Amino acid sequence: MNWRLWQALPLVCLCLLFVFSAPGQVLASSDASSNEELATMLGEKSWDKLETAITRLSVKGDDESQNILTLWLSGQLFIEKKTQRLVTAEKSGRTYLISDPISGDAWGEVKKRSLKKVRINNRLRNSIKTALALWDLKSEDPDKRLQAVKEISKDINVSTLPLLEGMVEQETDTDVQAALTTAIALYNFQQGSDELKLESLKTLAESDNPIVRSALESAKNTTKDKQLLQGIHSALADLDRRQDYYSAVESMFFGLSLGSVLLLAAIGLAITFGVMGVINMAHGEMMMLGAYTTFVIQSAFPSLIEQSLFIAVPMAFIVAGSVGILIERLVIRHLYGRPLETLLATFGISLILQQAVRTIFSPLNQAVSTPEWMSGSWIINDALSLTWNRVYIIGFSLAVFLTLLFILRHTRFGLNMRAVTQNRAMASSMGIHTSRVDALTFGLGSGIAGVAGVALSQLTNVGPNLGQNYIIDSFMVVVFGGVGNLWGTLVAAMGLGVVNKLLEPWAGAVVAKILVLVFIILFIQKRPKGLFALKGRAVED
Amino acid sequence: MSSATLSTSMKGKGPLCRFLLDDPAGKWLLIAVFAVSIIVSGLNQFVPEGSALHVSSYTVTLLGKYLCFGLLALALDLVWGYCGILSLGHGAFFALGGYAMGMYLMRQIGDRGVYGNPELPDFMVFLNWQELPWYWQGFDSFWFAMFMVALVPGLLAFLFGWLAFRSRVTGVYLSIITQALTYALMLMFFQNDFGFGGNNGLTDFKDILGFSLQSDSTRVVLLMLSALALGLGYLLCRWLVNSRYGRVLMAVRDAESRTRFIGYRVEHYKLVAFVVSAILAGIAGALYVPQVGIINPGEFSPINSIELVVWVAVGGRGTLYGAIIGALLVNYAKTWFTGAMPDAWLFALGALFVVTTLWLPRGVVGLYEQAKKRFIKPSSGTQDKEVVDHGR
Repeated sequence: MNWRLWQALPLVCLCLLFVFSAPGQVLASSDASSNEELATMLGEKSWDKLETAITRLSVKGDDESQNILTLWLSGQLFIEKKTQRLVTAEKSGRTYLISDPISGDAWGEVKKRSLKKVRINNRLRNSIKTALALWDLKSEDPDKRLQAVKEISKDINVSTLPLLEGMVEQETDTDVQAALTTAIALYNFQQGSDELKLESLKTLAESDNPIVRSALESAKNTTKDKQLLQGIHSALADLDRRQDYYSAVESMFFGLSLGSVLLLAAIGLAITFGVMGVINMAHGEMMMLGAYTTFVIQSAFPSLIEQSLFIAVPMAFIVAGSVGILIERLVIRHLYGRPLETLLATFGISLILQQAVRTIFSPLNQAVSTPEWMSGSWIINDALSLTWNRVYIIGFSLAVFLTLLFILRHTRFGLNMRAVTQNRAMASSMGIHTSRVDALTFGLGSGIAGVAGVALSQLTNVGPNLGQNYIIDSFMVVVFGGVGNLWGTLVAAMGLGVVNKLLEPWAGAVVAKILVLVFIILFIQKRPKGLFALKGRAVED
Repeated sequence: MSSATLSTSMKGKGPLCRFLLDDPAGKWLLIAVFAVSIIVSGLNQFVPEGSALHVSSYTVTLLGKYLCFGLLALALDLVWGYCGILSLGHGAFFALGGYAMGMYLMRQIGDRGVYGNPELPDFMVFLNWQELPWYWQGFDSFWFAMFMVALVPGLLAFLFGWLAFRSRVTGVYLSIITQALTYALMLMFFQNDFGFGGNNGLTDFKDILGFSLQSDSTRVVLLMLSALALGLGYLLCRWLVNSRYGRVLMAVRDAESRTRFIGYRVEHYKLVAFVVSAILAGIAGALYVPQVGIINPGEFSPINSIELVVWVAVGGRGTLYGAIIGALLVNYAKTWFTGAMPDAWLFALGALFVVTTLWLPRGVVGLYEQAKKRFIKPSSGTQDKEVVDHGR
C-alpha cells in the first residue's frame, strides 16, 4: 500500500506543477477557459507543448474540454491567422464556415488561406484518445465504460492509475470491473516491483485481452529473474490453453453455421428427393427464387428493411412453393418412377429459371441489405465473438427443421404424405387423393427451399448462380444422411459442416471441401443408402 | 474417296463389314461424316481464299470440335444406352484427356513462352517454381503423352467403377457421385498450386509434333484425325455391343439382378464398359484441345457433363449413331444461338431438356423411326421399343 502512495506522488506533483507553473494560470484564472487562452495553448508548434495541452485539458475534465479534444481529434480545429482565435471550420464550397468551438456561435466565412490547422500526429492522437476515454469512464452506459477501460489500458501511466483504482471499488458491472482489474494488474506488471509483478501475473493469466498477451510476450524476452520468468511462462500457458479452447469453440460455431446453411439447403431436397424420390435439379433455383423475393421486397419497401425478412420468409415460401407446384403439375407428374429422366427435365427447368432471372433482373449480383438487428457480433469476451447473422441462421434452420418434422408427424397432410410414400396403391384405395398429395409435397419441398433462399440472401451474393453453388452440396447431404430420413439430413448437414470447418485450418478451404466430397464418395460405396437408411418408395429401385 | 478411307480402316476386320451391313444408319452416318470432313478440308485447302466455295479455317476447327463432341457422346451412349449407367461425370474423363494433351503441348512451347524459360511453362515461372513437378515428367514425349491420354481417364474410371460397381451403387446414387467426382476435380484443378495452371488452365500452344497449330494444314489434319477417331470409336462400340459381351451388357441394363442370378459377374461387365467409355472420352478430349487451343478447369464443371447427357438424349440413346447425331445437332444449335441470340440459348437448351424427356424418350432417331413406321411400314412391330424404356 505504501508503495502505491509513493507511486501516486508524481501525479500529485504534476497537478501541483500545473496549478503553480506559469501557463497554469489558465486553470487558475477562471473555470471556463477563454478562446484566447486556448488559442495560444493549441497554436504551439512543439509537439511536447501540445502534449502538455492535452494533459491540461484532460485534468480540467469539463465538457468543454472534451468537446475541444474531440474536435481536435477529428481535425476540425483551426486557428484563424488574422485574429489568432480558435475556430472550428466546416467546408462550404470554396470557403470555410467558421464558428466558436466553445459557444458554437457562427463567425462567418473565410478562405482556406486564412486558417491554420491545429497540429496533430499519431502520438497526439493516442494521447487524445486516452484522455477522451477518461470522460467515458464516468459514463452511465457500462459498454462505454468498458470501451474506455480498454482504451486506457493500452497505455496506462501514473496519472490514470489512481483513477482506475478508485473505480474498481465503485464499479457495479462485472465485465467493467474485470477489465479494470486487468488494466491495473497490467500496469503493476509493467512498472511495479518484482513481488507485485508476480502478484499481478495471477490476474493477468485470467484475461483474454490481446494486450496482455503482447505484454507478456515482450516481458518474456527481457525478464532475467527466474521465478518471474517461470510465472510468465505459466501465465502464457494458461492464455494458450484458453485460446485453444476458444478457437475450438469458434471453429465448432463456424462448422455449425455452415452445417445449418447446408441443412437449410438440403432439407427441402430431403422432402422432394427423400420422400418422393424425385431428383429435383431445380432445387437450387428455388432457393434463388427465395433470395430474389427478399431482394424484390426490399426494393419495393425500402423503409421496411428491418422488417423485410419477416415479410420475405412467407412470401418466399409462397413464390417458390407455387413455382414448385407448377413444375410438378406440368412436368414431373409425367415422369414418376423414372428418376433419371426427372433429373434431366428438372435440370432443363433450372436452366430456364436461371436465364429468366438473368433476363428480368440482370446477370449481375443484386445487393440485399442486412437488417440492423442481424449485423454486428455477439461479444462473449475479448477472445470470442460470434457474428449475429450466423447465430440467427443456426436458430432459423433448426426452427425450419422442427416445423417440417411437426408437419410430417402431426398433421393430416403429413400423414397422407407418409402414406403415399410408403404404399401409393393402398393410400389411394383408402381415399387419399394421391396426385394432389404429390403436388403439395413437391410444393412444400420447394417452398422450404425458397425460405432457405431468404436466409442465404443474408450470407452470400444474390445472383443467378446462387442455386447452382448449393445443389451438389445439398445432394451430398441428403445422400449421406440417408434418403427419406429428416434426422439423417440433420446429422449429415451438421456433421459435414463441422468436419469441413475443422479440416480448413490445416488443409485450406478448397482442399477441405474436396476431402469431404471424396469422403462422401467413398462412404456411399460402403453404405449405398446413407447413414440412416429407411424403407420407402425411393429405396425400391 | 470416302469409301476408300472406310475400307482402309476396316482392312483385316472382316466381321466389321458384316455388322456395318446390319447397321445401315451407322454406315450412312459414317460415310456422311467422312464425306463432309473431306469436302470441307478440300474446300479449305484447294479453293483459293475469296472464292465463294472457300471454307474458312474457323469452320474446319468448328467441325473438328463437333466431331470430338460426337466421340464423347458416343462414349457416354456406350455406358448409358447399353449399360444403364447414367454418368454425370463424363466431362471429367474428357477434360483429363485434354489436360494430358495440353501438358504435351505446353512442353512443346519450350523457350518461346513469355518468360522464355526452356524447362518450365509460364505459369510455373510465374509461381516461382524451380523445377518441373514429377507428374509433368515425360510429357515432352508425344507417345508418352498419348499413352497418358488413355491411361489417366481409364485408370480413374477403373478405380471409381471398381469401387462403385462392386458395392452395387446404382441408378440415381451413381449419377450423383459421378457428379461429385467431376465437381471435386474441378475444385482441384482450379487450385493454383495444384500444378495445372489454376484458373487459366493450359493455353498459348504453339505446335504439335513440329507442325504449327495455327496453320490451316495442321487444322485439316486434326479434323481428319477427329473424323477417323470417331469412325474407329464407332466401330469399336458397335463391335462391343454386337458381341456376346454386348448382349450381357444389355441384359444388365434391363434386369441387373436377374443377370447376376444367372451367374454373370455383373460388375465386371459394367467396369469394362465404363473404362472403355472413359478412354474414348479421354481421346475425344485430347483431340479437342489442340483444335480449340485451350484447356481449363471449366471443362470439369458439372453442367458440361449434364449438357453432354442431353446430346445423347436428344439424338436417341442406345443406338450409338443417335448419340453422334445428337451431339452434332445440339452443338450446331448452340453455335447458331450464341451467334444469333445469345440470351435465348439457355432457354432453348432448358426447353430441349424438358421436351426430350417428356415427348422424345428415344430422341430424334426414335422420332424418325416412328415416322418411318407410320408412313412406310405401318404394320411392323414395336418390339424394340421396350429396350430403351427399360434403360434407366
